[in-house]
Amino acid sequence: MSAAAPVKVYVPRDAAALSVGAEATAQAIGAEAQRRGVPLELIRNGSRGLLSFEPLVEVATPAGRVAYGPVAAHAVADLFDAGFLHGRPHPLAHGRTEEMAYLKDQERLTFARVGITDPRSLADYVAHGGYRGLRAALELQPAAIVAAVTASGLRGRGGAAFPAGIKWQTVARASAVQKYVVCNADEGDSGTFSDRMLMEGDPFVLIEGMSIAGLACGATRGYIYLRWEYPQAHAALAAAIAAARAAHYLGEDIQGSGKSFELEVRVGAGAYICGEETALLESLEGKRGQVRFKPPLPALAGLFGQPTVINNVITFASVPIILEQGAEFYQHFGMGRSRGTLPLQLAGNIKRGGLVEKAFGVTLRELLYDYGGGSLSGRPIRAVQVGGPLGAYLPESQFDTPIDYEAFAAIGGMLGHGGVVVFDDSVDMASQARYAMQFCAIESCGKCTPCRIGSTRGVEVIERLLAGEDAPRQETLLRDLCETLTYGSLCALGGLTPYPVLSALNHFPEDFVKPERSSASA
Amino acid sequence: MRLASEVNNTENKPPRRVIPLSVEREPSLSAAEHSAVVEVCGRLAGLDGALLPILHGVQRALGYVPAAAVPVLARQLNLSVAEVHGVVSFYHYFRTTRGGRHVVHLCRAEACQALGGRQLEAHAKRVLGIEFHGTTADGAIRLEPVYCLGNCALGPALLLDEQLQGRVTAARFDALMQGCRSAAEPEAS
Repeated sequence: MSAAAPVKVYVPRDAAALSVGAEATAQAIGAEAQRRGVPLELIRNGSRGLLSFEPLVEVATPAGRVAYGPVAAHAVADLFDAGFLHGRPHPLAHGRTEEMAYLKDQERLTFARVGITDPRSLADYVAHGGYRGLRAALELQPAAIVAAVTASGLRGRGGAAFPAGIKWQTVARASAVQKYVVCNADEGDSGTFSDRMLMEGDPFVLIEGMSIAGLACGATRGYIYLRWEYPQAHAALAAAIAAARAAHYLGEDIQGSGKSFELEVRVGAGAYICGEETALLESLEGKRGQVRFKPPLPALAGLFGQPTVINNVITFASVPIILEQGAEFYQHFGMGRSRGTLPLQLAGNIKRGGLVEKAFGVTLRELLYDYGGGSLSGRPIRAVQVGGPLGAYLPESQFDTPIDYEAFAAIGGMLGHGGVVVFDDSVDMASQARYAMQFCAIESCGKCTPCRIGSTRGVEVIERLLAGEDAPRQETLLRDLCETLTYGSLCALGGLTPYPVLSALNHFPEDFVKPERSSASA
Repeated sequence: MRLASEVNNTENKPPRRVIPLSVEREPSLSAAEHSAVVEVCGRLAGLDGALLPILHGVQRALGYVPAAAVPVLARQLNLSVAEVHGVVSFYHYFRTTRGGRHVVHLCRAEACQALGGRQLEAHAKRVLGIEFHGTTADGAIRLEPVYCLGNCALGPALLLDEQLQGRVTAARFDALMQGCRSAAEPEAS
């Protein structure tokens, strides 16, 4: 690099980084550079996922990218003084980004480019290996694409973990004038943000994955159903779709192949249940987001009654690398029947929260302590909720469970979308159980009785139990009600709400018997 | 509307108490609101499954989805009033009352709870003097609950208009609200 060339400085435009001041930091860097007459190129990348260091500023040096963080706007002048544009030391410096302990041993396949590239630049995406998966897919027969996805062992990353290839095959074999590809970007689970980070940090990989699904299944139209809570992701997707269309990666005759695929973003309106695939399809059709009976499967009668591939953001975004590197490469990661990698999200009361993409098999304890560094408050970690608001609360004795779909099922939990929410010892597990029932009542679509009415009755029973009104009887009633919800509900909302409720009751019974309790924990 | 009872009253009989079947009429849309609703419909009605995009468009244009817009939308889209009302009322995001120059969506979900989200919620309600779905007396701030903003490693979180905020302490909350109330628009932090 010649001395005159502007130094590249990266400041994330990721919503989490912006939430702690990244915009002000970026502006301060620009202003300071101008004041000093230093030429620099400011690139607004995605987040590297070390969220506790945000705003994480990186500088490109001949030795690689060097990280500084968290960089508040008022620290910028000091960084210039210290020579951060040459990667020089500073109390906020972390050395080369790639060598940071948090990132070094991650296995980033799906998130390979997130935080590295400029998410608004298609050229940058292609320069970093983008669209190789689609190019490979264009050379294959649709059946061979499906076979590759099946052989990779990729399972749905939204929560249900259904083998993606089987779903695609069902759609591919169905005959219809119009088939659809639908991306579930209604990431509503508390403790999860991998979909958001990916859409903001590398939107093209999602577009590429959906395009490949379209080729594999003979679908020419796609929708991304995005939750309204992610305006930053919406902007990133809109820009990426426009750029992809302009470069003939979307639309008619993709890259001269004669194949076409149209893609559109639709925005949800604040209904957790629309993360359930059939409720999502109803919502896309412009209706109330009520769960449908299955069968028919969406693969045969989905959006507007037509065969539809519906997968989560991370599922689609994992497809390009499978096509590029081969099923065997991807299949090589993981354990048991859980193949590949899972982007895990460390959240809640955790010192170093963020995104950790690892092959299946890493244990919860490694995530909590090696990556997470223990609780943010410094108090002991008492409970961890894995898999969102419908996931079980796990006590310390279960922290050695490996991240594996079957291992979690075996302990009465689920991995879901890979969210890990940490609570320290100030948590009141009875109020968490009550909240789980209340959440089900607020978000129930109202179609089936166990969920619609059982959740409200559940809140009441827990309140009577905590008030000590004939507690043994209330506990029996609560367990009975949970059984009805588990076996009688139409979908996972009612069916899995007993997970957090009963795991709290079973693992932390002492919180349910205190004679006097405050409504909120201190 | 002339009711049957009024007709009967002409015959010197004691007046009968009649409960009219027609429901209360919604206050009608102003001409400007009406044309905004029709404009949004005209622009988006061609989409497949157009109702949600249209409701978003109406809320963006008017700040809320007035009840009086429902029959207009129904007519424009050839749907029943019940269908449109059912969709508007199903989704938490669509507001049916006016109010709030700024909207605060405060996260109530578990990851924020683990970092004092409940205490922040109590603080917010106390200093604003309102409950969820309420608007402050000066019309500056509306408070809405939300279940996860995807900022779970930097909680407690809130969305102020379209700007995500993380690590929101009580003091930071107060500063953000102060920013909303000062004449200028709140600056992005």
